[in-house]
Amino acid sequence: MAQATQDQGVMGTSDQDEDSPNMIVYRKIEDIITRIQDETEGVPIRTVKSFLTKIPSVVTGSDIVQWLMKNLSIDDPAEAIHIGSLIAAHGYIFPISDHALTLKDDGTFYRFQAPYFWPSNCWEPENTDYAIYLCKRTMQNKTRLELADYEAENLARLQRAFARKWEFIFMQAEAQVKIDRKKDKTERKILDSQERAFWDVHRPVPGCVNTTEMDIRKCRRMKNPQRVKKSVYGLADDTQSQSPVHTASQHTRKDTKEDVEKEILFLNTQLDRHCMKMSKVAESLMGYTEQYLDYDPFLSVPEPSNPWISDDCTFWELEVSKEPSQQRVRKWGFSLDEALKDPVGRDLFLKFLESEFSSENLRFWLAVQDLKRRPLQEVPARAQEIWQEFLAEGAPSSINLDSHSYERTSQNLKDPGRYSFEDAQDHIYKLMKSDSYTRFLRSNAYQDLLLARKKPETEQGRRTSLEKFTRSVGKSLTGKRLTGLMQSS
Amino acid sequence: MGEMEQLRKEAESLKDEITAARKAVNDASLQDTVSGTAVVGRVQLKTRKTLRGHLAKIYAMHWSTDSKLCVSASQDGKLIVWDSHTTNKVNAIPLKSSWVMTCAYAPSGNMVACGGLDNMCSIYNLKAKDGNVKVMRELAAHTGYLSCCRFLSDSEIITSSGDCTCVLWDIETGTQKTVFAGHLGDCMSLAVSPDFKTFISGACDSTAKLWDIREGQCRQTFGGHESDINAIAFFPNGNAVITGSDDATCKLYDLRADQELITYQDSSIMCGVTSIAPSLSGRLILAGYDDFNCNIWDSLKSERVGVLAGHDNRVSCIGVTADGMACCTGSWDSFLKIWN
Repeated sequence: MAQATQDQGVMGTSDQDEDSPNMIVYRKIEDIITRIQDETEGVPIRTVKSFLTKIPSVVTGSDIVQWLMKNLSIDDPAEAIHIGSLIAAHGYIFPISDHALTLKDDGTFYRFQAPYFWPSNCWEPENTDYAIYLCKRTMQNKTRLELADYEAENLARLQRAFARKWEFIFMQAEAQVKIDRKKDKTERKILDSQERAFWDVHRPVPGCVNTTEMDIRKCRRMKNPQRVKKSVYGLADDTQSQSPVHTASQHTRKDTKEDVEKEILFLNTQLDRHCMKMSKVAESLMGYTEQYLDYDPFLSVPEPSNPWISDDCTFWELEVSKEPSQQRVRKWGFSLDEALKDPVGRDLFLKFLESEFSSENLRFWLAVQDLKRRPLQEVPARAQEIWQEFLAEGAPSSINLDSHSYERTSQNLKDPGRYSFEDAQDHIYKLMKSDSYTRFLRSNAYQDLLLARKKPETEQGRRTSLEKFTRSVGKSLTGKRLTGLMQSS
Repeated sequence: MGEMEQLRKEAESLKDEITAARKAVNDASLQDTVSGTAVVGRVQLKTRKTLRGHLAKIYAMHWSTDSKLCVSASQDGKLIVWDSHTTNKVNAIPLKSSWVMTCAYAPSGNMVACGGLDNMCSIYNLKAKDGNVKVMRELAAHTGYLSCCRFLSDSEIITSSGDCTCVLWDIETGTQKTVFAGHLGDCMSLAVSPDFKTFISGACDSTAKLWDIREGQCRQTFGGHESDINAIAFFPNGNAVITGSDDATCKLYDLRADQELITYQDSSIMCGVTSIAPSLSGRLILAGYDDFNCNIWDSLKSERVGVLAGHDNRVSCIGVTADGMACCTGSWDSFLKIWN
């Protein structure tokens, strides 16, 4: 083999390749592999005496697992096995008597792969190399080199595929056998096993994962298709295979003056924007997760039951029913968004607004939401309808907008689009949120629904629950009321 | 000093000012604030269903808003709509191009979309009168592969592409409404905010960007990752963003503080993150990795609280239902698994 003449761990790659997803992983694994083979800090690599033979340079699976647990601070042996199997799957360690590259936590013997064969060398061995390899194994009269069934099938297939150049392949295989014969017996044992492990990675046993497979989205950026592919056995590359995903390397565009000017504009807006304090933001996140904890089926048991576990769909039926559960009603109190998200909550809110003669706000908001989802051709007509109904002079459902938003909206209507009412909608939303919504939550209609489904409790119990509730509602309310914008009938 | 140099200097000093501004609001880390909270207990989710039927790698899946139906896309050239509760296949849609990389379910449930190496986003109508599922529109204009797509409504869809842009399309006319350009690397993933006014994109330039849909502009950019961002999602409150990257970490960025809050990493996790989804409350973050597992993180305490191990190859996609009841993982092993 040409191994002895190759540099160990050669990485003839461009910068781009160094940062590809697989390379990042290989670097991490190689770091571990170097440490684990260290003479003082690593696992003991020994020659084991077996019946009539010696098995050179091996380590047991459990030795590896123990080392990983100790040196990577892992408590759970299952996790150490998972990492060990990952390292094995990429071919950095391999069982000496099996083609399947997994790690077992027992006395099974493993060997370390030679750096020449490491995946980080960007091997993409051709079928000609594989054919030479299988061919030379049949030439040597050794039981340990006998082909497995799937390998014999592969060889037969390759013989058919390369029928015309089989003589060439045969000759190369003979040449390889000659080179191998010159090596020391023990060394050959080790090299043969490493070579086999290399092919187990690139031509895996049927049923095993091929870890050399790449995400096709990343493939495109990776390899320069012009680069000549290395042959394992030193053959000159005579085929230039073009994968459908390879394109010529993209040249990075140099920044133009406009690019930098645009960037400066962007950075200025960033700077102008008000940043919230981290502590406030963190509290808000914490508050949100706490509030919704009861509604998260991964953290709290849903009632009546989780349909996925119990196979009982009552939970889903209740969610869509017109008679909401107490938990569902409580959610409407978290935010105006939640009340509007639930059709039953929305209807209740609408009824409440009707009782206060301010339903036009919600109806306007809903109409604009609907407008945004309409097909483009319907938008102009619908936009005009909304204007006529809610904003025009003498409109039947006149909403109260500040003059600024009114002006903007009327301008937008000259060229009506999906977002013509965005400013107005935002304004009305804020109004509902700070004004009507808070009264809604205190209304009899809502309170009755919230408390009606409660299980019978003592008077005391009911009061404290109500206290808790109003406190949590208080937390989610926003600031002051907008003055001077009360609705009149 | 040349004009270019002057401009570059100006840009650099602005960047320094922004970094200083971010530092100024950094009065307490997330870790400090939550130090009083206990870690969520060990979360053990089990596989409740396995959806079998694809014959090759699954690249993407997306839940319908009804929390029961979902769509998956595989390199066997099929889009399958599943009733995940019964495991029945509702539709098996053959695709023109088998190199599909993404799929999406419309919120209305009327349509699904997919795309990939064909650089197009194909929209399929599931509710055609004659019962046959056919291509309704082919949205073609991208000059790179389609990495992700998400419906805003039955009329509009947003796509992200390997040509470094995201696009808002009008489905009816099949035209581009807005092009969101700014990323310096392939856009890998996108997510729409709960209020449908903004969306975020993650790209191979290691940044995530927040875009205003109406204005067509980038509002904020978040850096910090050391490699491609493959997956991105909104935190359920709409004020924070979670990302997953090839650097084997996930990060939580807050939009209002305009910076990273926390990183989810472990020295024993070496493989890249392919997919990410928050639980309903946001307290848990589920992330799929190249090492065939999913890890469950306590989002506030940044600790691993669970593992979903069951796939025999990379986990390529993950999704949590709208009602938070179940999580679905899709893998290169051609299976989808439902967990809770």
